[in-house]
Amino acid sequence: MNALRKRLDALKKPFGKGQKLEKFAPAINAFDTFLFVPNHTTKKGAHIRDAVDLKRTMVTVIIALMPALIYGIYNTGYQYYSQMETPFTFIEAFIHGSWKIVPMIIVSYVVGLSIEFGFAVYRGHEVNEGYLVTGLLIPMIMPVDIPLWMVAISTAFAVLIAKEAFGGTGMNILNPALTARAFAFFAYPTYMSGNKVWVSEASNVDAISGETILGTLAAGGDINYSMFEMFQGAIPGSIAETSTLWVAVGALILIVTGIGSWRIITGGILGAAIMGLLFNLWGANALMSFSWMNHLIVGGFAFGIVFMATDPVSGAQTNKGKWIYGILVGILCIMIRVFNPAYPEGVMLAILLMNVFAPTIDHYVVNGNIKKRKKRWALAQELKSA
Amino acid sequence: MNIKKGIRTRRGAKLNLKGSADKIISNKISSSTYALNPDDFFGLVPKLSVNEGDMVKAGDPVFFNKKEPRIKVVSPVSGTIKSINRGAKRKIEQIIIESDGNNEMRSHKFDQWETLERKELISLLLESGSWPFIKQRPYGIIANPDDLPNAIFVSTFNTAPLGADFQYILEKKHDNFKTGLTVLNSLVDQAVFLGIDASFSKPFEDIKNVQKYNVSGPHPAGNLSLHIQELSPINMGDKVWTVNAEDVANIGSFVKTGVQDLKRTIALVGSAIKYPKYFSVNIGIELSQMLSEATITEDQVRCINGNVLSGSTSHENGYLGYYNNTVSVIPEGNGYRMFGWLPFKDNHILSLSNTSFSKLFNKKGFSVNTNLNGEERALVVTGEMEKVFPLDLFPMQLIKACMIEDIEKMEALGIYEVVPEDFGLIDYANTSKLEAQEIIKQGIELMINEVG
Repeated sequence: MNALRKRLDALKKPFGKGQKLEKFAPAINAFDTFLFVPNHTTKKGAHIRDAVDLKRTMVTVIIALMPALIYGIYNTGYQYYSQMETPFTFIEAFIHGSWKIVPMIIVSYVVGLSIEFGFAVYRGHEVNEGYLVTGLLIPMIMPVDIPLWMVAISTAFAVLIAKEAFGGTGMNILNPALTARAFAFFAYPTYMSGNKVWVSEASNVDAISGETILGTLAAGGDINYSMFEMFQGAIPGSIAETSTLWVAVGALILIVTGIGSWRIITGGILGAAIMGLLFNLWGANALMSFSWMNHLIVGGFAFGIVFMATDPVSGAQTNKGKWIYGILVGILCIMIRVFNPAYPEGVMLAILLMNVFAPTIDHYVVNGNIKKRKKRWALAQELKSA
Repeated sequence: MNIKKGIRTRRGAKLNLKGSADKIISNKISSSTYALNPDDFFGLVPKLSVNEGDMVKAGDPVFFNKKEPRIKVVSPVSGTIKSINRGAKRKIEQIIIESDGNNEMRSHKFDQWETLERKELISLLLESGSWPFIKQRPYGIIANPDDLPNAIFVSTFNTAPLGADFQYILEKKHDNFKTGLTVLNSLVDQAVFLGIDASFSKPFEDIKNVQKYNVSGPHPAGNLSLHIQELSPINMGDKVWTVNAEDVANIGSFVKTGVQDLKRTIALVGSAIKYPKYFSVNIGIELSQMLSEATITEDQVRCINGNVLSGSTSHENGYLGYYNNTVSVIPEGNGYRMFGWLPFKDNHILSLSNTSFSKLFNKKGFSVNTNLNGEERALVVTGEMEKVFPLDLFPMQLIKACMIEDIEKMEALGIYEVVPEDFGLIDYANTSKLEAQEIIKQGIELMINEVG
């Protein structure tokens, strides 16, 4: 360890204060701090600090994403082979999925991180770890056959416009990963919706039907998946969104570690369940009479509410606000599904919409506290004058 | 007089650290030089009343507040002014007094203090150098002698990590403490509020003329901001005074004897100390002798005047601060940790976050160091500050208002109700390594300059 440390220190020398390459220090620091937690000591404020930092937080989210990602990779192969009706093993399915998905992850990381590093050097701050999660989320919520260059452009759009334009990590209004998906959705609709994109090779091979459950329902078709299949995730859909089971495992990791807000997740499930139940009672079309329980386990709802709505930067920030925000995301998601046949999946738009309103929710929650203080003051004035 | 309403909170954290002080008081220690540090007095602009080489008695004024010349800070010992150390722009940083060992004290003549009017009592306290013990909220600065406060608060419950135990300190000073409380009672319309550890209130049972209330909960339950918010909340324009428990006894001792003896009982604590214990000394003493008696066990240590969350940095050859009852010594953490960012790695580092198993281990206490355990980052994680902040206000929003210097918002969000140390645990716990106490301190300075 010491030898490695010495090598690193020697390597970093030209990036030091007053040296030739000082400007590029954030770039080399980003790599260095991934090997070693630096030797910085406290200068002001509390003399001792918690072991948690942003790296640890973001890595925990990545761990929570792993079950859904691994299942998503397997499911990509599973959907392809089972629809082709060729016999296959788990490994084969996994390899087929990896072949498709790993390049997407690489493209997303390379493009996104290059921009992040560029901005860090340009603005002279350290590289924030937030993109580690965003960069993994982007491919996970795309359809499997989307061309890599579209992934690259969506990623660049999301990082530049949704994040850096607002001032970088911690300042963005919209969730960057969802912005990437929304960009692709509106820029390349033929690759992002319809009945030919949700299963690997569906657009090339006629034998494969690449339609999602919600898409089928919106088109008035019948569903022949069991509830267990929907829960387990052996259904077509965006890469990692299908398995409610493995998303729930991720949710558990987020909640137990305290990284993801249980208030938003519970609120979202409550909102969606209540809205689904109300529509069940109404029952005017196929999507309305689709059981509220099924609404919770198909499509991207589970993935969205666990991994995207809980983004602490773009979501509500006060505890009360988180409840309201979560419930509204749930309600809006089911509402968009049911009322808008053009968007059989509503969770992306529901979360983006609530991202925009989250500061307003917080504003009213904080104002409650401010009003209490003003009232107390007015009361004291009255008592004094009386 | 007991108040039924106790103060109980669950928001906060008890940091289980190694090196708490044994209940032994060593009172033989003195040193050749003593120092007064104007930075200990937040908001005070010092103007010297002595020059280098002057002789002073204990209790003679050394400097006073330029903005309010009646507020004087007096010498803790008799001797000569050895040096006046100045920093940038000739700012006075330290006044060092060489003790002559005689401990000659300036004596104040007055009739029975009980017969004095409030005004006379205040001018006596001002003249004697007792006044700096009385602080005011908002802002946590030395009280303005012309104000009539809504209430005076004294807390005997210290929840800060490794903080000195006031019940123990006051055991030997019980009578002076009682007298001090009576003095404070005559400065205010309603009886003094006295905060007591809910689990052990016995030592204060015979104190009758104050409003006692029980406090329980993890740190910062012992901080007065919480008690004030619950019992006598500060509105715009209100003043509340606070006095450190041992200083109440100092005031009591002064009115009884007529001499100002600046005594301080400190707990010398921390994981880098072999024999952590109490010392009874004069304010401003050199730390070095106490440190050698208690024995430092590490090569590189940080000596802190105060607790590990809110104290100010000193060094092994430094001097004791004016107000603190705790001196903490912990190892410097200037080493690297490989892959330290991996969740659930390095569980020997105390963490309040569930991304570490540290809560499950080390029931005996943690040895903490000064490593930042990461780097400063943008504010991303939300909700973590509220978990360790018991006051009824929004800490993150207040911090942000201070950062953008929006006075109206700071007022609305409750800047009058806080002092920097309320944010000590936020400094400690937040993921982004934000310096919350520094931001709040600057916010308060802005308020003092703009609003007053």
